[in-house]
Amino acid sequence: MLLLAIGLFLAIQAAPAFRAMGPRFFSERQWLPSPPAYGIAALAFGTVVSSVVALVIAVPVALGSALFLTEVAPRRMGRPLGYLVDLLAAVPSVVFGLWGLLVLVPALIPVERFLDRWLGFVPIFANRSGLFGRSIFAGAVVLGIMVVPIVAALAREIFNQVPQANREAAQALGATPWETIRTAVLPFSRGGLVGATMLGLGRALGETIAVALVMGAAYTVNFRITEVGGNSLAANIATKFGEADELGRAALIASGLVLFAITLVVNVAGRLVVRRSVVVGR
Amino acid sequence: MSKRVQAEAVSAWFGDHQAVADVTLTIEPKQVTALIGPSGCGKSTFIRTLNRMHEAVVGARMSGRVLLDDDDVYAPGVDPTAVRRTIGMVFQRPNPFPTMSVAGNVASGLKFGDQRPARREMAGIVERALTQAGLWDEVKDRLDKPGASLSGGQQQRLCIARAIAVEPEVLLMDEPCSALDPVSTLVIEDLIAELKDRYTVVIVTHNMQQAARVSDVTAFFNLSGAGEPGRLVEVGRTAKIFTRPDDERTEAYVTGRFG
Repeated sequence: MLLLAIGLFLAIQAAPAFRAMGPRFFSERQWLPSPPAYGIAALAFGTVVSSVVALVIAVPVALGSALFLTEVAPRRMGRPLGYLVDLLAAVPSVVFGLWGLLVLVPALIPVERFLDRWLGFVPIFANRSGLFGRSIFAGAVVLGIMVVPIVAALAREIFNQVPQANREAAQALGATPWETIRTAVLPFSRGGLVGATMLGLGRALGETIAVALVMGAAYTVNFRITEVGGNSLAANIATKFGEADELGRAALIASGLVLFAITLVVNVAGRLVVRRSVVVGR
Repeated sequence: MSKRVQAEAVSAWFGDHQAVADVTLTIEPKQVTALIGPSGCGKSTFIRTLNRMHEAVVGARMSGRVLLDDDDVYAPGVDPTAVRRTIGMVFQRPNPFPTMSVAGNVASGLKFGDQRPARREMAGIVERALTQAGLWDEVKDRLDKPGASLSGGQQQRLCIARAIAVEPEVLLMDEPCSALDPVSTLVIEDLIAELKDRYTVVIVTHNMQQAARVSDVTAFFNLSGAGEPGRLVEVGRTAKIFTRPDDERTEAYVTGRFG
């Protein structure tokens, strides 16, 4: 109900922008007030790509830490370390953003150079501009760090729910700790982990201020993620809302509507995957 | 196949609590040894020391020696996973892997370690293990169905098939029928009688009739009071333990005067 009301509100407020821009709203990369050229192509691209890259970075780290803390580390050590990871989730995103801009971006430049130099044959890592720093990649790393505690906390909950009998079954067959995780823990948790990842994705898609601070705010569709640039729907709304005229404001709200739709689709898709994986069998 | 298990002065602890004290027991191959005794007498803990499952519990430790034929299971450098592959275990509650099919469950143990059989041999091994577990005829048409879709008794036989698919020397059964109905229990008891032709079988049971029905040798465990460690009181041929035991505590237990 509330979801519907929010969607309706956004749609009504956004209508003037859709009317003015028509289908160009989805293909236009620019975001210029005069002559009005508002389009979400670059923004939606930046949002999705930075979030997906963030997940690619964050999910292995989160699952690794959750597995370590629940399956490998002795309980006395796992608990306090778990709280520490949880605390990361309590850091305000503006702090992450400032830290990302002032500390992480300079620190990542050598990493980006390395990716360009040695993995440059993979198109997404190549850097033709020679400019490194406030890139989609840097934004994704910051997003990834913000997503890790959420996914890790959920994953720990999920792993803790795996019945001990499952683990014992594997151990008694001579499984090593890693084989136990692979046969008894992960298959049992798959659905929940997909859900956790989707929630992490939702967080990354909607993150505003950290992205606005770190990424280069360029309205480009650029697959070369180590080049300076990148922007996102949410960051654009935050940075442009104050200075926007009436049409610009409607356009921003329209872009918010698109973001809303993307997160909704992600969540529904996540749920479907979760439901399908609950049906056992292989 | 099937080796002798010798426990020498085995004691076991959970943290500060001693659960088993000084058990010395020889378990002969190709027969069924039943461990009986009241709750908390350490019989389950004891068999978990035999395949090094005891140490998988947080805070658990043990002392003493366990020999499999002439090999010390606890010798330095012995990999506990290798021990567990040689000494299989069936648990109180059937615990098939819920996300795996019937066939997948049986084959699961074969995928551990480095000597995994080729894919085309897998089907044969699965069929043989299920046949030995007396389950083949019931599940041959639904090998792809989830293991959890079977009945409780079938699930337990699936777990037995899973344990014997890796061709262990010894099969430890920790109250394998306590979660099952009487008919399923009977099926498993018949199965145990067949399994002893191939394996050293150890069964922990609360049920004295079951021990009398399935075992060749019975070991009676007891504890002197709550919080005290369990000890081995007496071991002997099952017929003797149940008719004229040497120890009066054994007699009191098997005649139902306590426990």
